[in-house]
Amino acid sequence: MPLTSADFAAIWLTLQLASLTTLILLLVGTPIALWLAHTRSRLRGPIGAIVALPLVLPPTVIGFYLLLAMGPNGYVGQLTQYLGLGTLTFSFAGLVIGSVIYSMPFVVQPLQNAFTAIGPRPLEVAATLRANPWDTFFSVIVPLARPGFITASILGFAHTVGEFGVVLMIGGNIPEKTRVVSVQIYDHVEALEYAQAHWLAGAMVVFSFLVLLALYSSRKSQTSWS
Amino acid sequence: MTSQINLRLQHRYPGFALDLDLQLPGKGVTALYGHSGSGKTTCLRCIAGLERASQAYVQVNDHIWQDSQRNHFVPVHQRALGYIFQEASLFPHLSVRANLEFGLKRIAHQERRVDLAHATELLGITHLLTRAPHNLSGGERQRVGIARALLTSPQLLLMDEPLAALDNQRKGEILPYLERLHAELDIPVLYVSHSLDEVARLADHIVLLSEGKVLASGPVSETLARLDLPLARGNDAAVVIEGRVSDYNLNYQLLTLHLPGSAQQLRVAHASMAIGQPLRVKVQARDISLTLAPSEHSSILNSLHARVVSETAADNQAHVLIRLDADGTPLLARITRYSRDQLGLHPGQLLWAQIKSVAVLA
Repeated sequence: MPLTSADFAAIWLTLQLASLTTLILLLVGTPIALWLAHTRSRLRGPIGAIVALPLVLPPTVIGFYLLLAMGPNGYVGQLTQYLGLGTLTFSFAGLVIGSVIYSMPFVVQPLQNAFTAIGPRPLEVAATLRANPWDTFFSVIVPLARPGFITASILGFAHTVGEFGVVLMIGGNIPEKTRVVSVQIYDHVEALEYAQAHWLAGAMVVFSFLVLLALYSSRKSQTSWS
Repeated sequence: MTSQINLRLQHRYPGFALDLDLQLPGKGVTALYGHSGSGKTTCLRCIAGLERASQAYVQVNDHIWQDSQRNHFVPVHQRALGYIFQEASLFPHLSVRANLEFGLKRIAHQERRVDLAHATELLGITHLLTRAPHNLSGGERQRVGIARALLTSPQLLLMDEPLAALDNQRKGEILPYLERLHAELDIPVLYVSHSLDEVARLADHIVLLSEGKVLASGPVSETLARLDLPLARGNDAAVVIEGRVSDYNLNYQLLTLHLPGSAQQLRVAHASMAIGQPLRVKVQARDISLTLAPSEHSSILNSLHARVVSETAADNQAHVLIRLDADGTPLLARITRYSRDQLGLHPGQLLWAQIKSVAVLA
């Protein structure tokens, strides 16, 4: 067996982390993307820039600030301690929060593009046909933005799987709690277990290729409605 | 129930201000007519609530949709209106049937006054129900859009240049359906248009807008003939006459039409119609020539005895517009200034208006 049980634990943890992160991002990112696509507010620029920051910042920078914020003396840390939750650093929950921030632009931007492409007209039509805003969201926006949701989910998931810097900064390397695949590969290399590293790294390459293949083929088949 | 539409709107953009105060009939078709940029569409959007005018009072029958003084604003989806956009804007992810049912499903059963079968039959789209919107022609799409709006049983139908995105052939395809709508359903319609032709065909009442203000508001036949409005000065100035069919000559295929409240009549080439039927015709000002004596030897079919009321300058130096009165029916004649001087026309003068062509509307 080329993969050890520790490797499988890392893979399982990574999948859990990526799934949960994607789910949270769809819930959080959708209203942000809707707002960015339709607002005429002056805050549109600044908020859009903040959401896009993880695209350009080194993950260690995000991880560093998150470590400070979630640590015992940070604002988030003090809040979680006050609520009796302890600190989030070096925990799976902390990793989820870090991943949500880190992968945010990969979910928000495809959704925002999809919502912008729909434009205001179908929403106006729905309103004149007696659909309230929630109804319009589920019966018009979601079906019309379906390709955007698919792209956003795939990119959010895959990008979280590929996360390394943030995890290392705020999660450390605790088996079955915070040790994800990318960290496990790093450990193998550090321990000069190149064969083990090969198996995991190769699996990541295949996984990433398959994800992108699915993404690009689905883009072709999802031709525009008109 | 007061069957009336009361509107007071004040809405400002950079470089544009809408400011109007209108009482419109709560039945029939009212045209909002004006050039692009006159505020027609903005006015319609404010009535629908798609745009929120800063100062507004919008009352349709006994429902107050907006009263900015009381900070009262009914959201669009709670207003009993139908809105037809310039492009049909069908939902691309839904079949024609699902598009039609979108609004229908969302109103209470007891509010439903138009059923699916009636609406699809009225607009001739029954055979399209299972199709997807992208498989329809532009005209078919717009008819589905109209039926979809009708199925919400609106108290007011707002139409924003529903024919503007269509070519002439498609327009001709839809107009008869709009006329049936007018004849068969008792829903007041506000119809935005910049085509005098459509207005003459469809509207009972016209509101003339210019730069966000109301130039005139009144019955179509009366308003089109007003010399103080820019409508009369243009090359396509025309009057609309609502006559009644009084005879049909099968041999010559000619329909005889009585002017309202008069013994004078017009004859037009048209298919047979029942005696007593109302019929709307349009007479262009440039198709009327004036003579001081009746001419008996002429191929011109229609000659009305009329009195000169007044005149005004046309949009060029060579022409003038003469307003005539034929037993209460206003007529406009666009003639050269030279001819006016040759005939020595003056108010009160009796003469004959020879009409070169009469267009039947409907």
